[in-house]
Amino acid sequence: MKVLVPVKRVVDHNVKIRVKSDGSGVDVANVKMSMNPFDEISVEEALRLKEAGVASEVIVVSIGPAKVEDVLRTALAMGADRAILVETEDKTEPLAVAKILKGVAEAERPGLIIAGKQAIDDDSNQTGQMLSALLGWPQATFASKLEIAEGAAIVTREVDGGLQVIGVTLPAVVTTDLRLNSPRYASLPNIMKAKKKPLERKTPADFGVDTTPRLKVLKTEEPEVRKAGIKVKSVAELVEKLKTHAGLI
Amino acid sequence: MTILLLADHDNTVLSDQTAKALSAARQIGGDVHVLVAGSGVEQVADAAARLTGVSKVLLVDGDDLGHKLAEPLSALIVSLAPMYDTIVVAATSVGKSVAPRVAALLDVAQISDIVAVIAPNIFRRPIYAGNAFQTVQSDESKKVITVRTASFASATEEGSAEVQTLAAIPGPGLSRHLADELSSSDRPKLTSAKTIVAGGRALGSAQKFQEFIVPVADKLGAAIGASRAAVDAGYAPNDWQVGQTGKVVAPDLYIACGISGAIQHVAGMKDSKIIVAINKDEDAPIFHIADYGLVGDIFEILPELRKAL
Ligand SMILES: Cc1cc2nc3c(=O)[nH]c(=O)nc-3n(C[C@H](O)[C@H](O)[C@H](O)COP(=O)(O)OP(=O)(O)OC[C@H]3O[C@@H](n4cnc5c(N)ncnc54)[C@H](O)[C@@H]3O)c2cc1C
Ligand SMILES: Nc1ncnc2c1ncn2[C@@H]1O[C@H](COP(=O)(O)O)[C@@H](O)[C@H]1O
Repeated sequence: MKVLVPVKRVVDHNVKIRVKSDGSGVDVANVKMSMNPFDEISVEEALRLKEAGVASEVIVVSIGPAKVEDVLRTALAMGADRAILVETEDKTEPLAVAKILKGVAEAERPGLIIAGKQAIDDDSNQTGQMLSALLGWPQATFASKLEIAEGAAIVTREVDGGLQVIGVTLPAVVTTDLRLNSPRYASLPNIMKAKKKPLERKTPADFGVDTTPRLKVLKTEEPEVRKAGIKVKSVAELVEKLKTHAGLI
Repeated sequence: MTILLLADHDNTVLSDQTAKALSAARQIGGDVHVLVAGSGVEQVADAAARLTGVSKVLLVDGDDLGHKLAEPLSALIVSLAPMYDTIVVAATSVGKSVAPRVAALLDVAQISDIVAVIAPNIFRRPIYAGNAFQTVQSDESKKVITVRTASFASATEEGSAEVQTLAAIPGPGLSRHLADELSSSDRPKLTSAKTIVAGGRALGSAQKFQEFIVPVADKLGAAIGASRAAVDAGYAPNDWQVGQTGKVVAPDLYIACGISGAIQHVAGMKDSKIIVAINKDEDAPIFHIADYGLVGDIFEILPELRKAL
């Protein structure tokens, strides 16, 4: 069984982003970029399935400008077998990404697609669900545990009230949550080896997908800043302050 | 213009998330129909009918709807979609699973986590963990929207809408429910609590979390939250995580204990009315957003606070 893992290149989670002064967007020039943290978890899970003899091949795919090759190489260095880079300069919304991934899935016929639950730049939390709908496959979102058995995946999901366990027939789309695993680091020798692993280049047109955004972004703004308050010296002072704020305690 | 709002419930109780998402729907304008889909949900439908501003409740009872699996629920919504131009869903774990499926099947974009309605087709939403806000316009024939409920007040209960029962449609049978491990407690829910006491990595163990956070929360009748670090380490269950990738909350009072204030955590609680931070590091970033900061050791301060309350 092949496992397909979509990975997105995003502003590193440690970077405090800045909004451009003209309100046209977020300034991503010269900031550190990394693989979306949830996608690292997806790559790790796919690799574990391969190491367990469940998966035969791990294929990573990224959609974006030529530079997304960085995150594909990182995934290859972690241990993925080969990569597909779908190159476009356009800003791609989740629906367009899902349509491209559908095309990739139809060409590669994976038994499982493991995507991240959310990209930490747009915070959409949409792509995996959309992909699964377009393919007519089942979905298991927010996975914290994944087991494959007899043509099905048993997935423990992080839901609002706790955990839910579901079974989905394969092929399926799973989206990863934080507790699924702790991703490995790529070793230096593996980073060198990854440079020679196969990377295929495609375009959205190869899959017949129009990436024109459906939503118009009218403006991008900084959030209102919350004023820092005061330091209190003691529990007594804290309780007093909270009481004077009528009804708080 | 008519809006379809998906009710959030556990087959018995209509959650407050529905009443909040309803406020967003009403700001968009037009009639609002609430879809109550589940198993044995008459009581939930009656509760939905009492919400102010609901003009009709659609009740669909189906065995495979009881566990809110995404495939049958989205198939049902898509079957109703021709009658609606906007579909609104609270951004709960069910809503986030279902809404993108609906949008993809209708071939429209989904607008995630709106925090404000600017016009019927213009919305504000956070990106980058709330470090920026985008105003987006949709000119599509149908809109699929998830609502960040912490940003909207609950609708009141002065309505008396008609409840119409619809037949269930056969589900695609792609997934099945196996088990639930849901936390049951009498405590207020994180997403509707007036007060939240939250603990971070500093607690050091599940036992200490119980010993130091829980009694203060009990005294205050508060819900309990946690940082990702505390959840990852197993000090607290996953559904207590507050933040960019956990729950977004806006209580009247949020007490952060031994939490550093990483942007991903702050993303989930910075709209709280009053924030109290207790941390032994006087330079911890959490103090930048706290109304009242107390520098010190939580293991000394929390027992003292419990006594003082
Ligand atoms: C993709 C991604 C998503 C994430 N999503 C979330 C999310 O949704 N929610 C979330 O919370 N985090 C999230 N994080 C993690 C976030 O970046 C931080 O790592 C996390 O919030 C830190 O938790 P903490 O404050 O409990 O721990 P730490 O940062 O380790 O802070 C512990 C604090 O406790 C203080 N302390 C220690 N001992 C004591 C004591 N005895 N008394 C008083 N104070 C003490 C220390 O001074 C320190 O400030 C995410 C990260 C990533 C990469
Ligand atoms: N441009 C992209 N290239 C590859 N994968 C993507 C891309 N955008 C989103 N994804 C995948 O979809 C997941 C969820 O993204 P989103 O729906 O944007 O929050 C990510 O974690 C990735 O697995």
